[in-house]
Amino acid sequence: MSNENYTPHFDENEMKMVQYHISKYPKPMAAVMPVLWMIQDKYGWISVDSMRYVGELLNLPPDHVLGVATFYTMYFKKPMGKFHLQVCTNVSCMLCGGYKIFDHICNKFGIKNKEITSDGMFSIEEVECLGSCGTAPMLQVNNREFYENLTTESVDALLSKLSNS
Amino acid sequence: MEKIILRDIPDLDNIDVYVANGGYSSLKKVIAEMTPDQVIDEVKKSGLRGRGGACFSTGMKWSFMPKGNEKPKFLCCNGDESEPGSFKDREIFEKNPHQFIEGALIAAYAMGIGAVYTYIRGEYWKWFNIMEKSVADAYKKGFIGKNLFGSNFSVEMYNHMGAGAYICGEETSLMNSLEGKRGYPRVKPPFPAVSGMWGNPTTINNIETLANVPAIINKGGEWFSKIGDPRQPGTLLFGVSGDVNKPGVYELPTGIPLMELINDHCGGVKDGKEIKMVIPGGSSMPPLTREECLIAKMDNESLKEVGSMIGTAGVIVMAEGTDVVDVIRRVTKFYYHESCGQCTPCREGCGWMLKVLNRIMDGSGRKSDLDLLISVAENIEGNTICALGDAAAWPVKHAVRKFRKDFEAKIKDDTPLPVLNKVHGLRESDEYDTITFQSEQEVVEGLIGTVQELSQNEDVKRFSS
Repeated sequence: MSNENYTPHFDENEMKMVQYHISKYPKPMAAVMPVLWMIQDKYGWISVDSMRYVGELLNLPPDHVLGVATFYTMYFKKPMGKFHLQVCTNVSCMLCGGYKIFDHICNKFGIKNKEITSDGMFSIEEVECLGSCGTAPMLQVNNREFYENLTTESVDALLSKLSNS
Repeated sequence: MEKIILRDIPDLDNIDVYVANGGYSSLKKVIAEMTPDQVIDEVKKSGLRGRGGACFSTGMKWSFMPKGNEKPKFLCCNGDESEPGSFKDREIFEKNPHQFIEGALIAAYAMGIGAVYTYIRGEYWKWFNIMEKSVADAYKKGFIGKNLFGSNFSVEMYNHMGAGAYICGEETSLMNSLEGKRGYPRVKPPFPAVSGMWGNPTTINNIETLANVPAIINKGGEWFSKIGDPRQPGTLLFGVSGDVNKPGVYELPTGIPLMELINDHCGGVKDGKEIKMVIPGGSSMPPLTREECLIAKMDNESLKEVGSMIGTAGVIVMAEGTDVVDVIRRVTKFYYHESCGQCTPCREGCGWMLKVLNRIMDGSGRKSDLDLLISVAENIEGNTICALGDAAAWPVKHAVRKFRKDFEAKIKDDTPLPVLNKVHGLRESDEYDTITFQSEQEVVEGLIGTVQELSQNEDVKRFSS
């Protein structure tokens, strides 16, 4: 499971990265999205404290950072499972059995949409089209790797591989 | 036929392979031999149209940018690609990223732009990293940077990662997102070419549009204008998905018959079934019936003749046996989820349409619901700041009209009408007769009685006199 509670802090190298992001744009405000990504990559989710921290770094009011963080669905505003499974159920995936995959995982773990398993290993989310329509059905893990052309068997294999890693 | 973007060369994503195959020669050519106006004229001559859905002439769009350097100018490359059914830009990032980068740099030269931003959707983490590497490689080889090839043209290029918002594919919303704000679309005018990012002139182009540009410069606008349908020349990256045997991205000339695309290139419909419905250009576009599919050609003008549009060329094929109502419900759920919430018609309307479609799916739909859906959709369409409102309304409106029988089959005749819907109850349905007028009359009489009673009251008399 991602860190339940944390004190947001960037070390020297990470601060250089923040400076790099700021340097890409004419105004520091534009760096808010990449810096929020840095927070999420480091701690797993974005807490209100870290929104304040990002605000201080970029000289922005914390409410602006809150506004941005809440607008975009890929920023997690609460801790997620160690492996966050994002199953696409949009039209192309739905036609190829996206809901079957989604229901299969839900039943396997006994959890519902946006819930976490009790051991904190897995969480599941029904997401919108991830641009993998030609290789449907698919799921994404932790906003990163795509797993495509899924069947219930390949999902089972993937889940056991993840839980053993 | 020869492919322009997804060329059959292995490892084309490697910059050395790309350069060995004539890569970045168009960029050298425009900087050494052509003036910016000549570049714009060449692109105008090619007839290249935007590949993001609006199909606006690219050369024309570029010519709207002000000349001179009083203000910094920006180019934004739209790789947000979130339209359900569309997965073509991902193919470009993966197979031929440098052709897109070269196209973006040529565009920057043509408009005198100093900074290029590529907005890539947050879900494309893998492809974002490919782009980061490709841009870094291009910097190393001296194709991006200060005083390119010894000229006085300098350009910087950056990638920006989104974070999961469909609306950021809308150009003004994309600009807000890039500025580090919530991705709300802006009211136009002012158009981006006048006041875009940070109040400066900005042009937004789709990834696929820009990837076509190097070939146009190399082989000439006239060559390009002869490919495919003359009204929208060139090739399109068709992303075919759903019930076909070989789904995937196919680069084919515009104007190709839809059935040829499905049968000859995608191996036909799964299990040899008949077609039920096809969405020709991503989920926002009006769907086609089987009869329309037989005559449809895949370019914007031809599709308009059968009442749809090319959009992002994301073709979703649905075979006989597909539940049209369920598909439309899922599409509406998507728009309900992705509406940014700025304009009331879209924010509320999408929710209303979803509620109605949900109850039709549950078996508690009412006869009047179909008219209600069309009415809600028509009240969203055209009444919002951006085109997402239209995008949400079109599939519902057209599907109800074209597949009315499928919707009606889900509605039982004896479904009770729990609430009196005065406006829509009156429309061509007999439900209004079954509503007891008596009760309404009783209510009115009761009210009159109360007023009469009150008027006798001493206190009321005192105040009213």
